[in-house]
Amino acid sequence: MPIVSMKVNGKEVSGEVEGRTLLVEFIREGLGLTGTHVGCDTSQCGACVVHVDGKAIKSCTALAVACEGAEVTTIEGLAKNGTLHPMQEAFRENHGLQCGFCTPGMIMAAIDLVNRKGKKLDEATVRHELEGNICRCTGYHNIVKAIQDGASRM
Amino acid sequence: MSETGIGARVKRKEDHRFITGKGRYTDDINLKGQVYAYFVRSPHAHAEIKSINTAKAAKAPGVLGVFKGEDVAEDKIGGLICGWMIHSKDGSPMKAGPHPILAVGKVRYVGDHVAVVVAETREQAKAAAALVEVQYGVLPHNVDAAKAKSAKGQVHEVAPNNLVFNWSLGDEAATDAAFKKAAHVTRLEIVNNRLIPNAMEPRAAIGSYDTGDDHYTLYTTSQNPHVARLVISAFHGLAPEHKLRVIAPDVGGGFGSKIFIYAEEVVCLWASKRVGGRPVKWTAERTESFLADAHGRDHVTHAELAMDKDGKILAMKVNTIASMGAYLSTFASCVPTYLYATLLSGQYNIPSIYAEVDAVYTNTAPVDAYRGAGRPEATYVVERLVETAAREMRIDPAEFRRRNFITSFPHQTPVIMCYDAGDYNASLTKALELADYKGFPARKAEAAKRGKLRGIGFSNYIEACGIAPSAAVGSLGAGVGLWESAEVRVNPVGTVEILTGSHSHGQGHETTFAQLVSDRLGVSIDNVSIVHGDTDKVQFGMGTYGSRSGAVGMTAIAKALDKIEAKAKKVAAHVMEAAEGDVEFKDGSFSVKGTDKKMAFGEVALAAYVAHKFPTSEIEPGLKESAFHDPTNFTFPAGCHICEVEIDPDTGVTQIANWVAVDDFGSVINPMIVEGQVHGGIVQGVGQALTEGCVYDSGSGQLLTGSYMDYCMPRAADVPSFKLAFTETKCPSNPLGMKGCGEAGAIAAPAAVINAITDAVGVKDLPMPATSQVVWNALQPMKKAAE
Repeated sequence: MPIVSMKVNGKEVSGEVEGRTLLVEFIREGLGLTGTHVGCDTSQCGACVVHVDGKAIKSCTALAVACEGAEVTTIEGLAKNGTLHPMQEAFRENHGLQCGFCTPGMIMAAIDLVNRKGKKLDEATVRHELEGNICRCTGYHNIVKAIQDGASRM
Repeated sequence: MSETGIGARVKRKEDHRFITGKGRYTDDINLKGQVYAYFVRSPHAHAEIKSINTAKAAKAPGVLGVFKGEDVAEDKIGGLICGWMIHSKDGSPMKAGPHPILAVGKVRYVGDHVAVVVAETREQAKAAAALVEVQYGVLPHNVDAAKAKSAKGQVHEVAPNNLVFNWSLGDEAATDAAFKKAAHVTRLEIVNNRLIPNAMEPRAAIGSYDTGDDHYTLYTTSQNPHVARLVISAFHGLAPEHKLRVIAPDVGGGFGSKIFIYAEEVVCLWASKRVGGRPVKWTAERTESFLADAHGRDHVTHAELAMDKDGKILAMKVNTIASMGAYLSTFASCVPTYLYATLLSGQYNIPSIYAEVDAVYTNTAPVDAYRGAGRPEATYVVERLVETAAREMRIDPAEFRRRNFITSFPHQTPVIMCYDAGDYNASLTKALELADYKGFPARKAEAAKRGKLRGIGFSNYIEACGIAPSAAVGSLGAGVGLWESAEVRVNPVGTVEILTGSHSHGQGHETTFAQLVSDRLGVSIDNVSIVHGDTDKVQFGMGTYGSRSGAVGMTAIAKALDKIEAKAKKVAAHVMEAAEGDVEFKDGSFSVKGTDKKMAFGEVALAAYVAHKFPTSEIEPGLKESAFHDPTNFTFPAGCHICEVEIDPDTGVTQIANWVAVDDFGSVINPMIVEGQVHGGIVQGVGQALTEGCVYDSGSGQLLTGSYMDYCMPRAADVPSFKLAFTETKCPSNPLGMKGCGEAGAIAAPAAVINAITDAVGVKDLPMPATSQVVWNALQPMKKAAE
């Protein structure tokens, strides 16, 4: 079985994987980082969004071996020295989560959105950009507010 | 109001773990020696199982066992049950067919659980499952509720014509007589589209058998772990309750679908013993969730409303066919009966109502409670009828509703429920104001100039929550009582642990329940922890559904807090050498009337445990109390939602331009959380109205909407932000005055959307989901006529 090496949340990691092992499986089962979730099997729900080399991807759609040498950030790697990332803080402040299952993917996608589109985000842009993230609890109302708020804090 | 007490917008205590990726959901848990289950499911809607050959699968790499129905029967493991007995009009009991945890003899829907493979890895289990050879003899099937009674195939031997029951409620003769006097009758054919719940966390289970202690542990995605333990013990007979621990850790949404006891979790527990005590884990793939989670709704209804010449409602008549799917799920039978027809009076004074419900088997996944459960179906019938009647009689729909509102309480409806409190006019008036109803004609005209069609629709819903008085539900057929339990443990340092039988899977109990404690005991919410979801920790509980955790669960906590206060007063009295009647408790401290003697709550707690300063012959040491609360009535949240839509006639695309929700939930503990519940509910209702619909192919019986590519979940861009407000009439049946808020949005929304779209398009009715294709098609005859 191939061995894959990458930097996850700032730490060098490596592990034996099958050729078919998905990045999300490597993260959850190989590294025990269970904050990244699997909510579907067709790459629609976005619960598994992580950053690879600074860009948001659905980790259920990437093979672990394809991420050889990459820098990966998961939800667990966002807070620095116990200080939450402004987007994490904004989700809490604006009640942008209920059951919490879609939340890690939402937060990772939201940060990527700000990285791409800047800190001043209108509601329509946020809603359009969330096409790849499904939430069943919040009705998106407070997620949209949280992302706009988080963007302004970043 | 303190910053963390009742009524405060306290940020959620539980959020930190979720936003940092430290939530602990069932699939996040891995036990030592864990192996994996994969289910072989039926590819046919209805078939006889001629043979199952497991030989090849059993020899596949990593496989520890391949099990089928016969193996389950060998161990005398009982089948899945439906816990609510409904009797037909003729007095005969409902026809419940057998529902084994692995199929025996027959499969009855696509996705039915046939066999299970247990292997070292998930991949090995899945690969070996493909090697299980099942010979099927295909039988005629039917997936359509309306055709079930005349379908060729019979789903269960016990149910001729696929009829589970033919049930009725109300006075048929009085209703018929009232219809004869009517000046106007409104009639509608209504399909309440079948939905798939889709909590974002797929169901999962880990069953673990301890060979040393002959003890089982189940980790599962459950809204009610104690009920799961009760059923698995009493009906499946797997282990007595003291030998079975059920843990429902963080659960990623439920919406009803995680109330039920499912085959997979029982199989994981049972299989763990079969493979020598290694923990057996199963996590649903999303496609399995679509196939095998209990679905919701699926009603076909003919409804009539009779009015006098002034638009006063005289009577209502409703005939509903409700699909139960292929088996009766845990609470399936109460949904289209006592959770549905009992709400047909809506917010209106209707002298006579008669409802008849045929529950039928179809070759589809079981149908059971889904957010609102029966009440969305009832509200849809009532609010579509009322809106249509108003239009037909050329009375403003708001005015029509006003003429018919119930205005004095208590109000006994003709369909069992006795509404205790409400002010329907107040919520309507506030909603009209917030929606700028007066300005609507101008907005419609302005939209027309841009070539757009604008419409407005109301939904004045009512629901019965706070489920439920045990004696009442018992008399209606429930197999359980629906009280709730709580235990308050005050530690010697004055911190507090609340053990509750309610289960939080997004509702924020760790915060709202702590607010109650903070309010009552004057302790900081940081010094309160809420423990739930573990049968080894919590004494007992009936779980969370039917918007019951506030009205029933928190009332149980409040009762236990009363006992804590009483006991603490005794302790304080002895320590301060005062008469018990002279001790007052306020703002977290005990004081003696007329003196400057005072003890903080924490000091009394310590004194209770140290026990040096009071006679332990009179007062037991410690400070821990428990309570069971059985409600005396349902609660009746109600409100008014107004939806305004704009439709592009060229594409049929509907945009929600404005949404106002004014709800009366009684007392609100945390408005931030309550608003969140309303937002989420509305979008589930909008999903039903605009995008979601479960489709089975009638020819093949296959589920055509089995993934997120085919089943359209509402996305952020499909919905707007919402304008919310509350009106408040306190609920008289619980000390906190709470009614419940979890389902309101999903109950109110579908009727508001369809009323708005039919207003915009100018048609009497449209089916749900009113996709752009449906709306575009409805517009074509009018376009042709205009040409």
